[in-house]
Amino acid sequence: MATASPAIELHDDHAHDHHELSFISKYVFSTDHKIIGIQFLITTLLMLMIGGALALAVRWQLAFPWTKMPIIGDLFGLITGHGRSIFAGEGGQISPEFYTMLFTMHATVMIFLVIIPILAGAFGNFLIPLQIGADDMAFPVLNMLSYWFMWPAIGCFFISFVAGGATAGPASGWTSYPLLSDLAQAAPGSGPAQTWWLLGLTLVGVSSMMGSVNYMTTIINMRAPGMTLFRMPLTIWSMFITAILQAFALPVLTAAGFMQVADRLLGTVFFIPSDVIVNNAAPTIGGGQPLLWQHLFWFYSHPAVYIMLLPAMGMVSDMLACMSRKPIFGYKPMVYSMAAIAGLGFIVWGHHMFTSGMNPALGMSFMTSTMMIALPSAIKTFNWIGTIWGGKVQFNTVMLNCCGFVAMFIVGGLSGIFMAAVPVDIYFHDTYFIVAHFHYVLFGSTLFGVFGAIHFWYPKMFGRMMNEKIGQLHFTLTFIGFNGTFFPMHLLGIAGMPRRYADPYLHPWLEHLKEMNQFMTYCAILMGVAQFLLIGNFLISIFNGKKAGRNPWGANGLEWSAPSPPGHGNFDVPPVCYRGPYEYSSPEAEALDQDYILQTEPPPKAPAMEGGDES
Amino acid sequence: MKKFWALFFYFWPTVTLIVCGIAPSRGWWFPSEAMTPLGAEIDGLFYLILGIVTITFIGTQYALGWVLWKSATAEEDARAHFSHGSHSLEMIWTIVPAIILVFIALYQMDVWAKFRVQASFPEEAKSSPIVEVTARQFEWRMRYPAPGKTLQNTPQPDDLYAVNEMHVPAGRPVRFNLRSNDVQHAFFAPELRVKQDAVPGLIIPIWFDIPKPGKYELLCAELCGWGHYKMRAMIHADPQEVLDEYMDDLQQEQSFDGVVPEAEEDDE
Repeated sequence: MATASPAIELHDDHAHDHHELSFISKYVFSTDHKIIGIQFLITTLLMLMIGGALALAVRWQLAFPWTKMPIIGDLFGLITGHGRSIFAGEGGQISPEFYTMLFTMHATVMIFLVIIPILAGAFGNFLIPLQIGADDMAFPVLNMLSYWFMWPAIGCFFISFVAGGATAGPASGWTSYPLLSDLAQAAPGSGPAQTWWLLGLTLVGVSSMMGSVNYMTTIINMRAPGMTLFRMPLTIWSMFITAILQAFALPVLTAAGFMQVADRLLGTVFFIPSDVIVNNAAPTIGGGQPLLWQHLFWFYSHPAVYIMLLPAMGMVSDMLACMSRKPIFGYKPMVYSMAAIAGLGFIVWGHHMFTSGMNPALGMSFMTSTMMIALPSAIKTFNWIGTIWGGKVQFNTVMLNCCGFVAMFIVGGLSGIFMAAVPVDIYFHDTYFIVAHFHYVLFGSTLFGVFGAIHFWYPKMFGRMMNEKIGQLHFTLTFIGFNGTFFPMHLLGIAGMPRRYADPYLHPWLEHLKEMNQFMTYCAILMGVAQFLLIGNFLISIFNGKKAGRNPWGANGLEWSAPSPPGHGNFDVPPVCYRGPYEYSSPEAEALDQDYILQTEPPPKAPAMEGGDES
Repeated sequence: MKKFWALFFYFWPTVTLIVCGIAPSRGWWFPSEAMTPLGAEIDGLFYLILGIVTITFIGTQYALGWVLWKSATAEEDARAHFSHGSHSLEMIWTIVPAIILVFIALYQMDVWAKFRVQASFPEEAKSSPIVEVTARQFEWRMRYPAPGKTLQNTPQPDDLYAVNEMHVPAGRPVRFNLRSNDVQHAFFAPELRVKQDAVPGLIIPIWFDIPKPGKYELLCAELCGWGHYKMRAMIHADPQEVLDEYMDDLQQEQSFDGVVPEAEEDDE
């Protein structure tokens, strides 16, 4: 492990691994963490586009309710093969039950198939062994399985679209509250679609769990010599903490999911009280409690919010320090605040349930813990700004996306204070204010962080740079589109517009908000189109990008001492770590006449040990 | 280009501040002022948080713009300032926000207690609910006790029923029970700043006090199926005599046996 005695056990076993691998075992069923990471990345980017298309359909309905969808309306006609839209009965428009399916699946795809796997799956896999100086994950086969369990999950979600007929996709929201989700008669989408949805959810969970076991083991056991805990890059800290969160919270969701499946298929009544009559069906036998689901669900899903954010925080910390050519401001407070977020993250789930009817005293305690979780987030924000302060900022795509992350995280964090305050939440609960808040956190923060990370680690993945001009254009358009779409949602929320309404303008007092919704939809379309720049840049640069050396950014981490892209086993020279990851512009670096100093660079007077050759 | 990007991060928070500034005049704000005293207190808390948040927003966003601007205008060959942070700064920006956050949390407790903790309900609302509101897909059903009687949890033969129209007395706190017949719903009266989920299997007491007679919107705020958006109803806050009249009408309508007086001698 991380002791001063140099590498003994590392890299002694991969000499025999150099036989030629077939294409299938090299690129498809690969056990190499880098390939798996890239597989995750490409899969999630694909899913990002699908989730985005679903979002645009939602936006279309909110801006132009009951009018024919421009492309999707016809597209479904093509898929069904009749050449006529499945919505022919409604003139090609979105039906209300289809609308409920749209936002349910938008959230499902974005959360379970994009945000969680792109952070932990793609970047976690790619970066953890490289940044700690290991040759691969602790359990490579488990790692491969964690990717390949994504596909059955995607398959289940896809079947859930069609299992009950095209207009009866799962429609209980991603939160899947009973009894809407529990009783098949409650909604068109609560039939077989819901069961498939729950199966998909469970499989995503299996995939995540395999990943997190692997990450924890790898980070604890496989660090290079000299890589002490407090020399780990914040990315690794964040992945480590995320893996712990995942490992402790996920079983609860899995159990809850099985309970709901049992309710649906086996006639148990975990969540079903007695004498409920849904849609003139026979009264339920009952004995269960719908709030139980909410507690179990949010016991996972609130920590999951941090699973969806912490890795981005870690990666942004790495990138900000590098692009400001300055050590991260307050490394240890950054670590402690992430740990605090993770710890507090387990005792704040009730703030999703302030209006649910649970004991009001619980509301007070959850309010206090929720307010407290804002504190570590504030500390992190101040530290990020402090990191840029006095730095020599490189204004490139990576930096811009990181600044976008910080700016958006501030908005998302501050808007959270409103709904953390129970009395104010009485009004804001389930309005568009909530939608604004979580999009600022999950999209504004996490995705901008991810965009930055894609540009930053791309040269390590493919040995080439992404196009800088297109990168900046993508950032600008996304940033404008994003704020144009989501900032007005705060105002919609204050104006009282509830979430998940297929047609809010049925209510005359919301009619005047239609123009604003149309503006937001135009911005959302702009944002959607801008993502093709990212995808195009990503794909074309694999072949046409400018060639990158080992360390194109002049960064310090161990991964930058490996070749780009690293071969099987990652490091040509077993790395030894001599210092923390953020010693930019240090006197030591200055002595070498550069503004960075690799973690593998031996200190001048240290006994001669093999170190990485960064040039 | 450096300066452009630094200005960019000055520019957009400015735009958002302007948008928020003009929002109330454009109707992008509360649908009306709070129509209940408790609602006014909630608004007060909202504006308090809004104030704190706006100051923080301006402070942090412009700090971000400023650090970028400083770097963008620094000399080309300047080196970055080598520093690992500052313990005293960390202490300041831990303790100050902590105090503010604890203050916000504690300051909210009273209003929340008044809204939901039964022991803190106003005297008139401590007992005797006047109506039972039952949500079902996709309508609101009211069940009133017959005039002069008290509301029971189980339906009585002489109970009075109405759909999507809730009549309550104006000018005094009223308590009512919230239930759900099928899936989960939420009772949301935006002008009254009242929201409470209706949970199958639970009877949840709520109260409000509408000083001004009038009609107020009621809608569903918890996804309850495809027709979620359609659950529109009205809350009528009536002066007592109008309410009595309404109840009498309701009673007559519901006890009407379909027999007109002239045909009284007709048997079944």
